Amino acid sequence: MTDTLSQTPDAPRKSASLHTQDARTKKRNAAEARFKFYGLTAIAIGLFFLVVLAVSIVRSGLPAFTQAVVNVEFTLTKEQFDDAESQLFKTKAYSGFFNAALVERLEASGIETEFDEKAVERILGKTGGTIREYFRENQGELGSPVAFSLATSSRVDGYLKGRVTRENMEDSRFLQRADLDLVDDLQAAGILKQAFNWNFITGADSGVDNPGGAGIGASVVGSFFMMLVVLFLSLPIGVAASIYLEEFAPQNRFTDLIEVNISNLAAVPSIVFGILGLAVFIQFMHLPQSAPLVGGLVLTLMTLPTIIISTRASLKAVPPSIRDAALGLGASKMQAVFHHVLPLAMPGILTGTIIGLAQALGETAPLLLIGMVGFVARGYPDGFVAGFTEPNSAMPAQIYTWAARADVGFYEKAWGGIIVLLLFLLTMNIIAIILRRRFERRW
Amino acid sequence: MPLAWLVIIVLAIATAGYVVGRSRALSAAGGNARGLHSLPVYYGANVALKIIVPAFGIMILWLLAQPWVIERSVATIIPDSAVAEGSNRGLVMAEVRRTASGIVNAVASGEMSRDVAEEQPGDLEEFTQRLKDAGQVVTSTLSAPVVAAAQRYNVLSATGALYMAGLVVLASLAGLVFGISESRPDFRARNVVEQGVRALLIGAASIAILTTLGIVLSLVFNTIEFFRLYPASHYFFSLEWAPSFSGRGGSSELGVLPLLWGTFYISIVALIVAVPIGLFAAIYLSEYASHRTRAFAKPLLEVLAGIPTIVYGLFALLTVGPLLVSVFGDGGLLGVDWQGGGRAVITAGGVMGIMLIPFVSSLSDDIINAVPQAMRDGSYGLGATKSETIRQVVLPAALPGIVGAVLLAASRAIGETMIVVLGAGAAARLSLNPFEAMTTVTAKIVSQLTGDSDFASPEALVAFALGMTLFILTLGLNVVALYIVRTYREQYD
Repeated sequence: MTDTLSQTPDAPRKSASLHTQDARTKKRNAAEARFKFYGLTAIAIGLFFLVVLAVSIVRSGLPAFTQAVVNVEFTLTKEQFDDAESQLFKTKAYSGFFNAALVERLEASGIETEFDEKAVERILGKTGGTIREYFRENQGELGSPVAFSLATSSRVDGYLKGRVTRENMEDSRFLQRADLDLVDDLQAAGILKQAFNWNFITGADSGVDNPGGAGIGASVVGSFFMMLVVLFLSLPIGVAASIYLEEFAPQNRFTDLIEVNISNLAAVPSIVFGILGLAVFIQFMHLPQSAPLVGGLVLTLMTLPTIIISTRASLKAVPPSIRDAALGLGASKMQAVFHHVLPLAMPGILTGTIIGLAQALGETAPLLLIGMVGFVARGYPDGFVAGFTEPNSAMPAQIYTWAARADVGFYEKAWGGIIVLLLFLLTMNIIAIILRRRFERRW
Repeated sequence: MPLAWLVIIVLAIATAGYVVGRSRALSAAGGNARGLHSLPVYYGANVALKIIVPAFGIMILWLLAQPWVIERSVATIIPDSAVAEGSNRGLVMAEVRRTASGIVNAVASGEMSRDVAEEQPGDLEEFTQRLKDAGQVVTSTLSAPVVAAAQRYNVLSATGALYMAGLVVLASLAGLVFGISESRPDFRARNVVEQGVRALLIGAASIAILTTLGIVLSLVFNTIEFFRLYPASHYFFSLEWAPSFSGRGGSSELGVLPLLWGTFYISIVALIVAVPIGLFAAIYLSEYASHRTRAFAKPLLEVLAGIPTIVYGLFALLTVGPLLVSVFGDGGLLGVDWQGGGRAVITAGGVMGIMLIPFVSSLSDDIINAVPQAMRDGSYGLGATKSETIRQVVLPAALPGIVGAVLLAASRAIGETMIVVLGAGAAARLSLNPFEAMTTVTAKIVSQLTGDSDFASPEALVAFALGMTLFILTLGLNVVALYIVRTYREQYD
């Protein structure tokens, strides 16, 4: 160390003991401890961010899976049905019956709250229409009690989840402060409850003013069809390209060109692939806009480098003795590769493919450019082929659309969508890890 | 006839060819495979390849060429008078295509009879209304040339599809006959099949080149188109970004500099977060951590890299932004009023930094591990402590690689989209204040291309010029980074 040289040789050295540290040693040791502490802090900060991220996802996202519903057992007699059907305002008549039943329910549980039809409408939406529709289709159930489970409006939902409070809300035609007393009573009576929101899992995107009805199901289907395209294009193409580059390619300019292209494509920003998709697939080839087919094609081009890189690694890991043995027994080079090397490399290839698919599943930016935005996902496709060509969205694009909307109610849906997306990614990664553990071979 | 049926027919002929070719070769050899040059399967595969490759080749080429040819032929029947003032032929053709597909859909759903769809309509308004009733989006009343062109378009498409189907089936039948005639015992089937497979492998490998070519061409052509409509000097040197939304006003100011500044500023903030944390984490993991700590902490840190960017975007918008406002905003913890809204440079940059931590740390980890142990041992032997060894021996040796890693991280930061779209804001500004909202190249590409704009206006085409800028920037950074990393690796291998 240079420090030792800087001491003047004339100065008499203090008698140093191994047991007592001199000032310089202390300083050096302190610096050592500090340095180690910096490293630990850096890791702690990284893990802290991970925990914060996980906590905020779970805490903000879980409410999306529940929904406040009002459970009322309601009996409609044949006379009441005929009476209501004969009136001019049919749904209003049904609402009247329902409100009477609700009052009865409340009185039975010992609570007397004054409320009018408008308040019920603000809390539950128009009940009459739902009830009329049900009984018109199931006339056999007239006269026997039917348990209705009606979803509340998104503001009441927000009140129960703590998003809307008496302090921060303003009286509007959507909800008034006085209605919250009724909500409290309904909750105390056990009529208003939180229930699992199946609509969020199975439903499609809703209008901008109806966050309560938004679901992620349709875009999950869109993502699924996209992943089908990616899997069936990128796996064969990626494996074929890797086999050529790893086993057959001669050392020449053309091979170099391919290699340089692959390593560059791996680092091209994903949005540039979106521009490619827009210009080539939609502008030039006139493929349908917003179709999962186009999204799948774009994501295929994007994941190819990942799959090629991991496939080449697993082909390289197969020892040359396998090839030599096959060639020695008279197999052609092609036979040696396809009959012996490829099956041995398959677990590694599949692991790489699944990880590539997981990456593609979470990609958003290119999808926005080819029109797969959330509000396109209004329903399920009509069939298998239509699933590829009909406009649809994908999970991450749907989440983006919700996050970009003004209504706060959609934020909860966006977080919930992220939980669904991460569950898919987690499953895929776990499958990849299991595959690797199970079939990994050390030579 | 739908395309799927054609594909199925070709595949069926190929399967039949496989079976026939195989059994014909076998029977020619008297049922004994030893009399054949190759294994029987190769004779079958030979026939199948001779059917599939030409048939699908013709199909793909035809599908690529057909829209182009039809477009040119249809464009000639639109008179110049039908192209309105302030519009151009491309826009009219887009309307023709929309109308054509609208008519096809209307006929398919049974809303419009085939005769009405093909005859020249007497009353254009009624015709348009019928299309609207069928749920086909048609903007205004169609003009006669457009309807005529659309009908011609449909006729040509239908004939084209018919010709293609005929040609494809013919080609596969020819392949079948030729392949079967080849199936003699002395035919070198294996060699031929392997040549064919090899060609397919090369084709698959060339897709990487085609992709790059596609990216470059789509960027270059649209960028040239953009500079034809908008002066390049304004794009490169104007200090203002203010697209007009009215369409073709010519009042747009589309300067790239504010966007580049926003991009660099946010990337720098991200690197300020990611590089120290990532580097120290890498140093700790590779030099200090016990085997167990490493096995536990490294995968957990890398989870951060596997999380989709949309998650980080939402995290920035809904968690970090409001949190920063509650600290730096009006009436916040610090009592200063620096930050007006959640969307700011520091929000997007900070969250992007978190995303980049594992990127920096795993790359640096690999590079630090590649420094030979002998260099450390030499330093310890001279009495240096561990931290002194790291600072004065390991890091200088690893420096080129670490610089490469940082450049790669910078290229990721520049190309990152979702975090800035959600976290950075939409206003283009040249400002030094990190608490202000700014916007980036990627965010503007998204906003210029996701609206209802048509692709002929400079406001939409500018996105391609922005994409070109982005592509060149990231490509340059990657090339430099890979060059640095590669030169460094050569020293110790």
